[in-house]
Amino acid sequence: MKEFRPRIVVFACNWCTYAALDLAGTSRMKYPTNFLVVKEMCSGRVDPQYVLEAFRRGADGVIVAGCHPGDCHYIEGNYKTLRRMTLLKKLLEEFGIEKERFRLEWISASEADRFVEVANEMYEKIKNLGPLKIEIEGGR
Amino acid sequence: MQKPKIALYWCAGCGGCEEAVVDLAEKILDVINLVDIVFWPVALDYKVEDVEKLPDGSITASFINGGIRMGEHEHVVKLLRKKSKLVIAYGACSAWGGVPGLANLYDKEEIMKCVYQETPTVDNPSKTMPQVKTEKEVTLELPNFLPRILPLDLVVDVDYYVPGCPPTPDVTWKSIETLLSGNLPPKGSTLGALTKSVCYECALNETKPEKVLIKDFMRPHKVAIDPSKCLLTQNLMCMGPVTRGGCGSLCLKVAMPCTGCFGPLDEVKDYGGKAASYFASILDYMDEKEIEKVLSKFPDFMGVFYRYTLPASRLRGKIKMKGGD
Repeated sequence: MKEFRPRIVVFACNWCTYAALDLAGTSRMKYPTNFLVVKEMCSGRVDPQYVLEAFRRGADGVIVAGCHPGDCHYIEGNYKTLRRMTLLKKLLEEFGIEKERFRLEWISASEADRFVEVANEMYEKIKNLGPLKIEIEGGR
Repeated sequence: MQKPKIALYWCAGCGGCEEAVVDLAEKILDVINLVDIVFWPVALDYKVEDVEKLPDGSITASFINGGIRMGEHEHVVKLLRKKSKLVIAYGACSAWGGVPGLANLYDKEEIMKCVYQETPTVDNPSKTMPQVKTEKEVTLELPNFLPRILPLDLVVDVDYYVPGCPPTPDVTWKSIETLLSGNLPPKGSTLGALTKSVCYECALNETKPEKVLIKDFMRPHKVAIDPSKCLLTQNLMCMGPVTRGGCGSLCLKVAMPCTGCFGPLDEVKDYGGKAASYFASILDYMDEKEIEKVLSKFPDFMGVFYRYTLPASRLRGKIKMKGGD
């Protein structure tokens, strides 16, 4: 049987986390390849619906990442993210999705190593959990 | 000229939608003058066999209320789809699963056990459970219980939606008028309601500040509500901003917060996700511990955010793994 390679969707803010991902690339840091990155202007743009849609379409894990609190390019977007994702975690729990599958992280533009650390950690955890093969009536 | 034929059917719902049709009051007589009702199990004596005898596509419109819970519902709505030109999901349960749709947080075994064994008022020492088929002197059959409750549009093709729990007489009448006018809106439209939110027609909207921020979450039975002030400013969880308008903001008129029975606006795919997003954005805290503290006051997240829409949500309910039961 083929080895299970978790598919993880990353919603990254344009100003911090996406820059960190770029830095990780240009610095030739290594992390698993199955990360699908969606660039958003701000982590505050990430609607909980996006995360639910990612799980519905077959993501095994989702990371929402943005600037550190206080550093948001739009002043307070990431505080909204914090509130939304704290609430979303409660909803995901009720939907029966393990909490290891969803992470909210603050990663600044210079913290490429932090992203790589988070990515590797999450990849290993989800690999142990196994795939999230959700049955959706009416198709995906 | 022959009058257009109409069918009405009741699936998994409370019956309030059937009541809503009668709530048209004397206007129901106008409706009867304009159309022939060929099937309406709650009021008329036509049977499913009578519908089977009709030619395909001969019913102008079928109004179906309630979610799809039993095999029987599935069978009848598929039959009605075949016989009808238009199928209308009437009411919240039919459109998105409604309140009974919250049953999707549990599987079939849990529901059966709860209803037939564990409920305090149930007296069932022999632990009898409903069976699809029972053979005694005669063979008795019951419809099967589907693994999940589904909105109508996941079972058959739906042409239009009429929102509400139940749809108000005004919304019902407007949608009937639209259908009879012959000037049909694009398929998939919501009839009789607005494309703007409840706030748009709410009288309290004037007292809503430019930027709403709330520090706390209150439940309506625990506070004396000021009926002249926007309920959001009184820390009440009003779903008005994310809910489709058209109801005339009836609940707000009697100082009760909107619970979201008109469902999502056109662009929203997952009502609960959107509602959670909106609520989190007006919560006035920046510290995770304080956010957690307010959230711990919620008695039931699903019941607040997905009250009417769980089966139509992105994940349909508590997730089921493929290859599981």
